[in-house]
Amino acid sequence: MADAVVVIALLLVAGAATAAVVNRDPVRQALVLSVLGTALAVLFTVDQAPDVGLSQLAVGSALTPLLIMLAVRKVRRRPAESGEDGEK
Amino acid sequence: MNPRARLWLVVLGGAGLAALLAAACLRLPRFGGGHHPYGDRAVHAALTRHTANTIASVNFDQRAFDTMGEMAILFAAVLGCVVLLRQARDEHRARPRPAEVAPPVRRYALVALPVALVTGLYVIAHGQLSPGGGFQGGVVAATAVHLMYLGADYAALERVRPVEAFEAGDALAASVYLVLGLAGVPAGTAFLANTLLPYGTFDKLSSGGTVPLLNAAIGMEVACAVVVLLARFLDQAVEIEEESGK
Repeated sequence: MADAVVVIALLLVAGAATAAVVNRDPVRQALVLSVLGTALAVLFTVDQAPDVGLSQLAVGSALTPLLIMLAVRKVRRRPAESGEDGEK
Repeated sequence: MNPRARLWLVVLGGAGLAALLAAACLRLPRFGGGHHPYGDRAVHAALTRHTANTIASVNFDQRAFDTMGEMAILFAAVLGCVVLLRQARDEHRARPRPAEVAPPVRRYALVALPVALVTGLYVIAHGQLSPGGGFQGGVVAATAVHLMYLGADYAALERVRPVEAFEAGDALAASVYLVLGLAGVPAGTAFLANTLLPYGTFDKLSSGGTVPLLNAAIGMEVACAVVVLLARFLDQAVEIEEESGK
């Protein structure tokens, strides 16, 4: 029973990680990354490491996606005169 | 280097890494077994010092010096961000206009903010008793403050979060950790040895000797560091504009 939960959590992590790699838009990637962070937190918790799970939940699902979103916003706010590379 | 040679280099390096990893995994103890020589010793050491959360005992007692190194890494990383993301000479600050917030978002953020903040502080305070500790609680408390940006706007966030105070708090907490480590040295013990304070009653907030104090110092350091880090990123994303584009 406990092994089944671990396997489900592992599959969730693998699915979310693959989705994060396949996505090409940084904003969507940040959101998928936050789902991946939550899945990893679940995996650590069912593997009896709640301390690491809490760290992962705080950093992986909130802080890292937030920093990525802020960086993307700064890059997109660049004046468009230097070509279209600010938008893509 | 032409692409073909580069590809071969990647294949060679990847194959070597895969072979080494596979060889290492074959020698690992079985997953979920009952024999944990390091775990048993760590739990024993934690219990002799009345620390209920063995992880906290490892972090702030048995491996307190490692934690100091990690704290220094975070401190240096945030310092690097502050230097890199400062306002450059060809940039200026534009005050962001107050923004309209959708009422459900505002309600949710203003309800969630105090709950998240108290949760973070609770996790810091109970680091020596239950899962969590200074790092986890610090990050939660620091991100909770930023719900103000979601619920109100940037100006409101800046009012509840004076960055200078948090910069000073970051440095102060880092030095508190050092001073707590040095405090036992005049009495003849090693740096960061947990012999300074009585170990107290098991499973009480004040148990574990210096563990709760070091844990609180790390909590303050991490919370301040994350607030300063996010403040620099927010400055760049919201306020600072390049002159040349105008």
